[in-house]
Amino acid sequence: MNISGLLAQLFAIVMALFLAPLLTGWVGQCRAWLQSRTAPPLLQPYYMLHKLFHKDVVLAHGASSLFRVAPFVVFGCMVLACAIVPTLSTDLPFAPAADTIALVGVFGLARVFISLAAMDIGTSFGSLGGRREMLVGFLAEPALLMVIFTTAMISQSTSVATIVETLAHREFAIYPSLAFAGIAFTFVSLAENARVPVDNPATHLELTMIHEAMILEYSGRHLALIEWASSLKLYAYSCLGLALFFPWGIAAGDSFPAMLAAIPLLLLKLTIGGFLLAVIETVNAKMRIFRAPEFLGTAFLLAVLGLLVRLLMETRV
Amino acid sequence: MPALLPIDILLIAVCAWLAVGLAGLVAPRNTRFIAKTLFPVGALIGVLVGFVALSSLGAAPETAVLVIGLPDLPFHLRLDNLTAIFAMLLGFVSVGISIFAAGYFREGEGTAPGLLCLEYHVFLASMLMVLLADDAYAFMVAWESMALASFFLVTTNHQHDEIRRAGYLYLLIAHVGAINILLSFGVMTANSGDYTFSGMRGQHLSSFWASAAYLLALAGFGAKAGLVPVHVWLPEAHPAAPSPVSALMSGVMLKTAIYGLLRVSFDLLGSPIWWWGVVALAVGLVTALFGVLYSTVQSDMKRLLAYSSIENIGLIAVGIGLTLIFHSYRMEALAALAMTAVFYHCLAHAGFKSLLFLCTGSVLHATKERSLGKLGGLIHRMPWVAWLALAGVIAGAGLPPLSGFISEWLLLQAFLFSPGLPHPWLNMIVPVAAALVVLVAALAGFAMVKFFGIVFLGQMREESLKDAHDAGWWERIGLIWLALITLCLGIFPSSVILRIDAATRQLLGIGLAERMADHGWWMLAPISAERASYQPLVFLAVIAASVLLGRQLVHRFYHGRVRRSPAWDCGYFFQGPRAQDTAEGFSHPIRRIFEPMFRMQRHFPTARDTQPYYSVKVEDHFWHWLYLPVARLVGGISGLITLLQGGRIAIYLLYSFITLILLLLVARP
Repeated sequence: MNISGLLAQLFAIVMALFLAPLLTGWVGQCRAWLQSRTAPPLLQPYYMLHKLFHKDVVLAHGASSLFRVAPFVVFGCMVLACAIVPTLSTDLPFAPAADTIALVGVFGLARVFISLAAMDIGTSFGSLGGRREMLVGFLAEPALLMVIFTTAMISQSTSVATIVETLAHREFAIYPSLAFAGIAFTFVSLAENARVPVDNPATHLELTMIHEAMILEYSGRHLALIEWASSLKLYAYSCLGLALFFPWGIAAGDSFPAMLAAIPLLLLKLTIGGFLLAVIETVNAKMRIFRAPEFLGTAFLLAVLGLLVRLLMETRV
Repeated sequence: MPALLPIDILLIAVCAWLAVGLAGLVAPRNTRFIAKTLFPVGALIGVLVGFVALSSLGAAPETAVLVIGLPDLPFHLRLDNLTAIFAMLLGFVSVGISIFAAGYFREGEGTAPGLLCLEYHVFLASMLMVLLADDAYAFMVAWESMALASFFLVTTNHQHDEIRRAGYLYLLIAHVGAINILLSFGVMTANSGDYTFSGMRGQHLSSFWASAAYLLALAGFGAKAGLVPVHVWLPEAHPAAPSPVSALMSGVMLKTAIYGLLRVSFDLLGSPIWWWGVVALAVGLVTALFGVLYSTVQSDMKRLLAYSSIENIGLIAVGIGLTLIFHSYRMEALAALAMTAVFYHCLAHAGFKSLLFLCTGSVLHATKERSLGKLGGLIHRMPWVAWLALAGVIAGAGLPPLSGFISEWLLLQAFLFSPGLPHPWLNMIVPVAAALVVLVAALAGFAMVKFFGIVFLGQMREESLKDAHDAGWWERIGLIWLALITLCLGIFPSSVILRIDAATRQLLGIGLAERMADHGWWMLAPISAERASYQPLVFLAVIAASVLLGRQLVHRFYHGRVRRSPAWDCGYFFQGPRAQDTAEGFSHPIRRIFEPMFRMQRHFPTARDTQPYYSVKVEDHFWHWLYLPVARLVGGISGLITLLQGGRIAIYLLYSFITLILLLLVARP
C-alpha cells in the first residue's frame, strides 16, 4: 500500500460521494420525461441534501441513541461499499479488505441498522417498514449470492477485483450463465434499492411503502445522510453490476491517467444504466408486498439456473 | 517433583470446580457468600482452564490414567488439540457466565443457592471431563453427570408444572441420545473388550459397521446438540432454566455434543464414506432452516434464542458434512477449510449466544417478563444491556465485522469449491445448498432484528417497564467479557485460525496455516489473496472513520441542532404503545410465506364480537408427526402389559404354573 494507491482510493470514494446523487437525479429526470412530466433539474438531489443539512433535526420523544447513530452507520457502510466496488480501477488498496461475500455483509449490516432505527420510535409505520425491509432482505440475499457464486466460479475467486479482471480479459463470448446471472442481478438490485416493482421511492402511501416507512421519523441532517446513503447504494449496485457484466474499460492499475481515462466510459455506462432503470420503473407497476417473494423467487431460480448452466456446460471454458 | 503438565492443571481445575461446588453446601442459604465469593472463584478457574487449553494448542497429546472407576477399568484421560479447542471454549465462555451468575442468582428462587452452586460447578467439571475422557467408560460417566447436573439446573424453579415437564422431556431425550452413543461405542470396540479410544482407533471396521457406528453417534450426539428431529427439548428447556444455565447449555454444552461427533467421525472412525457427509449436510440444512424459521415466529424471547441455537447447530452440522465429503475424497486442503469454519462457528456461537441468553436474564430480572409482547423500549432504561446485546445480535445475524460473519464466510468459501468434487451429482447439488445457507443467515438477521427491536426498541408496551433498572456491575462485566470475545473473534480471525489450526491438522493431517502465513495478521485469506480475502480491521476502520468524520464535518459545516417533538401520529392522536407491531405481527410475513412449515391455530375476530381478540399459536409439526404417535404407541404397549397385572394372587400363581409347564415341555434335558 503506497501513497499514490491511497490517493487513488480516496479519489474513487470522493467521486462516488459526488456522483451518486447525480445518478439519482438522472434517474428521476428520465422517469419524469418518460412519464410526460416536467423533469426536476439534474442537480435536484444536491439541492435537497443542502436544504436538509441546514434544517434542524426534529427528534421524536422516544428516540434513543441508536436512532441518532444509525444514519451515520448506514452512511459509513455505503461509503465502504463504494470503496470496495471497482469503479475506475481494480487495483485499489481497499479492494482486498472485503470480497463479494463481505460486500453482501456490508449491505446486510446497513439494512439491520436502518430496520432497527425504524423500530426505535415505536410507531406502527416504523416497525411495518422494518419488517418489510428485512423480508425483502432475506428474499434477495440468497439470489444475490447465487449470482456471486456464478461469477466466482468463472473466475475461481470471490475477490471483486479478480472477478472483474478475469471477466474483462476473456475473449468476447456470451456466457449463458452470465446472462442468467445478469437478469437475476437486475431483479435483486431493483428490490434492494427500493425501486418499482418492489417498492416505490416516490410514494408516501401508507400501505405500499417500505423504505419510506422506515425513515418517516427522520429529518434534517439524519435524513440527508440516509438519502445520500440510498444514492450511494444505488451507485454501488450499478457499479457492481457494470463491473460484473460489462467490465470493459476499468483500469487495472492505480495510476491516475488510467483512472481518468476510465471516467468517461463509466459515466456513459451509468447514463445508459440509469435510463434503463427509469424505463423499467415506468413500464412496471408496483406489486403487492406479498408478490415480492414470487419476484425474488424468480430471481433466485434464474441465478440457480445460471449456476447449473455454468456447472453443466461451461466447465471446460 | 516433576513439572505440572497442562493435563494435570486441567484435572486440578476439575477438582477445584467440584470443591467450589461442595463449598456451596457449607452455607446453602448464604446467598452473599455463594454469589460474591464462590462464583467469582469459579470464574477464575475458568480463566485458568481457558489459558491452559490455549497454550497447549499445538503441543503433543498428553495422556493420564486415573485410578478411579472399575477395578480393571481406570479412567483414561487425554489432552490433544481437539480437546484443547473445546476446553478453551469452555474455559473462556464460562468465565463470562460465572461472573454474570455472581450478580444474577438471588434468594427465594427455587433451589437453594448452595445447591445451585454445586449443580452449576459439577456441570462445568463434568463438561471438562467429557472433553478429557479417553475411554468410553470415563466418557459416559462424565456425559451422564453432565446430563444430570444440567437436568437439576433446568428444574431450578421446580414448583412450576411446565418447568418439571420441560425437565422431564430434556432428561428423556438426553437418555435416548446416551443409549445411541453407548451403542456407537459398543460397535466401535468390535467385541475386543477394549474400551479405550486408542483401542477403537486401532480397529478396522467393515464399512457396514463403521457406518452403523457413525449413524448411531450422529443420532446420539445430535440429540444433545438439537438436530432435527430430536430438537424438541431445546425450546422447552431453555426458557425453563435460569438464564446463566441457558447460556451455559446453549453456549457450551451443545458444543460438547459437536466435540463428540467430531471425535467419533474424524478421530475414532478411520476413513469416512462420502454419504456420511451427505447425511450430515442434509440433516444440518433441515435443522438450520427449521430452527431459523421457528425462531422468527416465537413470542417468548428465550424460545426465540433456543430455536436460533438449533439453527446454529444446523449450520455447524452442515460444515461437518462438507468436511466429511471433502475428506472422503481426500481433498484435505478443502476439508481443512470447512473444518476451520466448523471450529470457528463453535467458538463464535458460544460467545454470542451466551451473551444473548445472559441479556435475556437481565431483562427478565428487571421486568419479570419473558414474553416479547409485553416488553419494549428497554434501551432507555437498560442502555448497557441493550448495547451489549446489539453486539450479540449483529454477530448472531452473521454480519461483519463481528464473529458470526467469519464462520459463515469460511463456510461459503468452502462451498465454492464443491463443484470440484469427483462425483456425478454431488458437485451440482452441494453448491446450491450454499444458497440455503445464505437464506438461513438472512432469516437469522430477521429473527435477530425482531429480538432486539421488540425487546429494546420502540415504546414500552407495559406501564410496569418504566421501573426497569439496568444490570448490576457483576452482570455488566460478564456481558462485556462475552462481547469482547465476540469482537475479538470478529476482528482477529487470522490469529485465531492460526491457533485452532493445530486441531485441524490433527484430524485431517493438513491445516490452513502454511497458506495463511504469508499474509499479515490483519488479513484473512485462507486460500490465497487472489482467491478471497477479508480484512475486518479495515472494514471496521472505514465505517468508524465515516461515522466520526461524517459527524464532525456535518457539525462543522452546518450545525448540530436538535429539536424534540412528539412522533408523527398521522393526525390520529390516540396512538399508544399498543399501536406498535407485536411479536406476532412482526413475523407475519414469515408465517405467510412459509405457511406449510408451521402448524398454526389462529383465531380471528368477527365484526360482531363484543370482545374481539386475535391470537395465533404456532406449533412444531414434529410433535404431531413423531412424538405424539410414539408416545401413544408406548402408552398403548404399557396399557397391554398392565392387563397381565390383575392384582389377584391367584392369577400370578397361574402365570407361574403355566410357565413351569411350558418350561417342562420345551426345555427337556
